[in-house]
Amino acid sequence: MSEANASATRITPGNALRPEDIAASHAVPSPEAAEYALWLGDDSLILAQRLGWWISRAPELEEDVALANIALDLIGHARSFLTYAGHASGRTEDDLAYFRREPEFRSAHLFEQPNGDFARTIARQFVVSHYQWELYSRLQHSTHPTLAGIAAKAVKEVDYHRDHSLQWVLRLAQGTEESRRRMTAGLKLTWPYVEELFADEPLIDALGGAAVRPSSLREPFDAAVAAVLAEADLEVPAVPGATGGGRRGVHSEHLGYILAELQVLAREHPGASW
Amino acid sequence: MAAPAATQYGGPDIDAAGQQLFDELIAEDSRIEPRDWMPEAYRKSLTRQISQHAHSEIIGMQPEANWITRAPSLKRKAILMAKVQDEAGHGLYLYSAAETLGTPRDKMTEDLIAGKARYSSIFNYPVLTWADIGAIGWLVDGAAICNQVPLCRASYGPYGRAMVRICKEESFHQRQGFEILLELANGTQAQRDMAQDAINRWYAPSLMMFGPPDDDSPNSKQSMAWNIKRFSNDELRSRFVGMIAEQVKALGLTLPDPDVRFNEDTGKWEHGPLDWEEFKEVLAGRGPCNAQRMERRREAHEDGAWVREAAAAYADKQARRAAPATEAA
Repeated sequence: MSEANASATRITPGNALRPEDIAASHAVPSPEAAEYALWLGDDSLILAQRLGWWISRAPELEEDVALANIALDLIGHARSFLTYAGHASGRTEDDLAYFRREPEFRSAHLFEQPNGDFARTIARQFVVSHYQWELYSRLQHSTHPTLAGIAAKAVKEVDYHRDHSLQWVLRLAQGTEESRRRMTAGLKLTWPYVEELFADEPLIDALGGAAVRPSSLREPFDAAVAAVLAEADLEVPAVPGATGGGRRGVHSEHLGYILAELQVLAREHPGASW
Repeated sequence: MAAPAATQYGGPDIDAAGQQLFDELIAEDSRIEPRDWMPEAYRKSLTRQISQHAHSEIIGMQPEANWITRAPSLKRKAILMAKVQDEAGHGLYLYSAAETLGTPRDKMTEDLIAGKARYSSIFNYPVLTWADIGAIGWLVDGAAICNQVPLCRASYGPYGRAMVRICKEESFHQRQGFEILLELANGTQAQRDMAQDAINRWYAPSLMMFGPPDDDSPNSKQSMAWNIKRFSNDELRSRFVGMIAEQVKALGLTLPDPDVRFNEDTGKWEHGPLDWEEFKEVLAGRGPCNAQRMERRREAHEDGAWVREAAAAYADKQARRAAPATEAA
């Protein structure tokens, strides 16, 4: 299949893996690979949960559809990573999503940030999609076949997310005075949480060529983001980075509320299937 | 496709020719297309029906979206997101179909926000538990399918064609809803109780989705004469009751209506009395969630105004940049 015909919604060619493929395989990850899968799975799960709020509230019907699409892709990635991570401890994706406590989550703070207005949501998505694209486009060549397979599917989808968010950054930056003001504010609120995405943790050393070293993504990320912001005639916000800690289970104040809503029904009926 | 249409620009003579061609097309059960001449009343009635249908899809996103963040498994969360997304898509096709009759989408949206346009009353009921998501898929989407499958043959081309795709997706939704209930019915006692409670609450409102009884349905007769509507409200309701009366057995649950029976003499399914006073109350805006649904739609629309303005301003600037010659001219 040629690149031009490759679709994010069709079953992907090559070594790409879907959640169902992962569930059917019984490949057991090392504790380190499972931990790394939690990083990436939790990032996507928490952001999908945030984006789900927009469905029925977006500024245009077309955006209800687009944001739902992005959320759906992210849920798909989360399901793959969590299913795989769960194989290390005999747990399912749902055990991990619904029955872990806050400090057991591994999401970075950026993914937990509130939706705010549409510009803030776009700013967050702009950073996330550029970060994830740099990450997955490398992780698809990982020495670890399952992580590589999940990334191979995800990278195609994230490419669309990148396009969607950067088009909105341009539109909002160069639309009206109000939209420019809001876009600038959205980026400024988002930027403190960028740094954590590129922080190396000891886990990365343990994984060797199986993982992608976060710090190695900073330069290409900065270059890609700077190019869009330059076209939009916007500055990269000069704000201090926030102390992260998500990869070690130290989260923003927001995560507790997100999990309360995400988990409430499943926890009311422990052991039930749905 | 119709023969070359009589023009819509003419005076009384051409209108007469247009009317004749229109009558012929209806008589041969053929299709009316956007450029064909059509009676104003036909245009008006269709615009009302299609835009109401579109509004129902859009308002109908809200009750189900209410459970996206709380869906009890990741698979169910993904399915529910995709379903609500489909509804936005249906709204889009339907607004587009209605636009071919000459009313722009913005105008239809304004009418909805201003409370001038209606949407299906069913969405003014609250979605209280996860089982309601199953019951809505099974009963509400099920009733919608019974109503909508015949609309695939509606005389107005763009509407009929939009309905083909919508019906395919709706049947998928109905099966998903049934599957949710089946899972609950085979689950714990608390899950079974939740499923039965949802069926109890959604049964009567879903039967009332077919509209008032035939002897009290003012628009039906003309709609049938124009080949928009193919079966009467009571006929469709009876078919629906027959369908769910069988399906509920597979769930091992019951319908909250002891009078459901197949009448051997008439060959039709019957049901107990429905509370049409309640129906009228909800229709008149006095249902449990009317105010809430309207407020949410208005809020989303108003909160999004600056985004739509920005997109329009940006598109405008891009167009001017791309066409300097036009600007100079």
